[in-house]
Amino acid sequence: MLLNTAVAFDVNRIRADFPALHQSINQKPLVYLDNGATAHKPQCVIETTKQFYAHGNSNVHRGIHTLSQHATNAYETARKTIRRFLNAPSEEEIILTSGTTMSCNLVAHSFGEAFLKTGDVVLVSEMEHHANIVPWQLIAARKGATVKAIPITDNGTIDLDVYRSFLTESVRLVSLIHVSNMLGTINPIHEMIQMAHEQGILVMVDGAQSAPHLPIDIQALDADFFTFSGHKVFGPTGTGVLFGKKHLLEQMPPFFGGGDMIRTVSFDETTFNVLPHKFEAGTPNIAGFLGLDAALNYVMEVGFDGIEAHEQQLFAYAHAQLRAIDGLTLYGPSTDKAPVFSFMVQHIHPFDLGTLLDKQGIAVRTGHHCTQPLHRRFGLSGSVRASFTFYNTLEEVDALVHGIQKARRFF
Amino acid sequence: MNPTIPSIAAREAEVIAEFQLADGDWELETELLIDQGNLLEPMDPALKTEATRVHGCVSQVWLHARLEEGRMHLWADSDSHLTKGIIALLIRVLNFQKPADIVQTELRFIEEIGLKHLLTSQRQGGLAAMVKKINAEASRYTPNA
Ligand SMILES: Cc1ncc(COP(=O)(O)O)c(C=O)c1O
Repeated sequence: MLLNTAVAFDVNRIRADFPALHQSINQKPLVYLDNGATAHKPQCVIETTKQFYAHGNSNVHRGIHTLSQHATNAYETARKTIRRFLNAPSEEEIILTSGTTMSCNLVAHSFGEAFLKTGDVVLVSEMEHHANIVPWQLIAARKGATVKAIPITDNGTIDLDVYRSFLTESVRLVSLIHVSNMLGTINPIHEMIQMAHEQGILVMVDGAQSAPHLPIDIQALDADFFTFSGHKVFGPTGTGVLFGKKHLLEQMPPFFGGGDMIRTVSFDETTFNVLPHKFEAGTPNIAGFLGLDAALNYVMEVGFDGIEAHEQQLFAYAHAQLRAIDGLTLYGPSTDKAPVFSFMVQHIHPFDLGTLLDKQGIAVRTGHHCTQPLHRRFGLSGSVRASFTFYNTLEEVDALVHGIQKARRFF
Repeated sequence: MNPTIPSIAAREAEVIAEFQLADGDWELETELLIDQGNLLEPMDPALKTEATRVHGCVSQVWLHARLEEGRMHLWADSDSHLTKGIIALLIRVLNFQKPADIVQTELRFIEEIGLKHLLTSQRQGGLAAMVKKINAEASRYTPNA
């Protein structure tokens, strides 16, 4: 069901669209605060994928038969929707991947193969997800390049003067997290892209945690590459998006070889398909992308104005409530951030807190959240993370606070 | 059998009886578990090394075993209270037992007291790693095992 944009943001109406939210865990109503890991799916996404398998199932870009034509049209419609969601210039620049991790690996290996030389530097930040560190380390090792990390402040932000000082001659590309999955920090990505471009340095943006919370305008940002994961934007798992500027993608070699990505194959010479297909080998996650199409349409119908306003309210309330808990330390900035909270409670191991919250029906993430360098930066080996999204409520903030208080009483 | 040391089966029965009193109430179970951890004999910090580290646990766990007069002596610790409670139960059941008895026992108390409800799948993996490590230590002192 799609919402009418004219209708004001109504969290209860939105919740009605998400069946998974209405269940009990350990005899308690589920309070799902692990949206940073993956978000639940609205009914329209579930219905779309189900319909595909029930009736529409066929491979894409292959058959002349009707079902294959329909599947191809629907799949290419998803690409159009993604283009619109990102305000990207063209569909050729939208590569469909399996997720942010694959996108990062694709760019690291393909861009790295074409452009990295001995002595080059790839710049990341200390707050990157492992998906935006390890692929660069792998290609850097092969190319004799190095990966350097921009340090962050105690507040969990990037100091732009420090950033500027890292934009040296040898830097080929900066790959930056847009919104931190641990801290919720929203990096001033537009300014950071401009600063890099002034030095002739390209920028890739990991939008895994920004796409669910902020409207993205690729053309305004002027990012050279941008990626996000479908499953974190209410779409199916195994779907991801990579935007790349056409002139760069054209100069980059394919990452995977196989069906769909070729024009002609012979044992003497193989020629490659045009963009975006050059980077899409093999049968893709067709049902997944039809579902992602539905998910992005759903988000755009709800509208980021309403989403941002509601999430800011959640953020402000949760921040104040969590801060008031004795012995609780919050990490990251206290303003201008996404509704993501990583914290520690004195005398409670994060896994113990996670376990005792789960007993109360509250789902949070515990551990290093794939950001070991960032945890180390704060002297931590793990933390507890509550990540909210637009279907969460103020009552769920209360449930979390109550749950933490209850857990504390055991220690 | 040494009359002062109850068998593994007897120890298990004791633990099972205690947890049955909680009657599936997670709050009581949690309290019991944390109490068990608090009763655990402290482990010498010098023994917390890479060699005694149990990998595969979500929290940090160390386990040291030594054979004395034909019986296994166990020390362990964890930075997580719940994990420490679980280790304490394992030690309560297996401490001072003969290595051959440890190797031959299929522990049933974990299943019986419903500890698995209290454990996430990650923690269950950790528990399995601990049991495996104790068994490995015991096997070293068990001929033909
Ligand atoms: C910032 C960030 N980057 C990358 C990823 C990896 O995404 P995926 O596992 O969907 O490939 C995540 C997901 O946890 C993330 O939060």
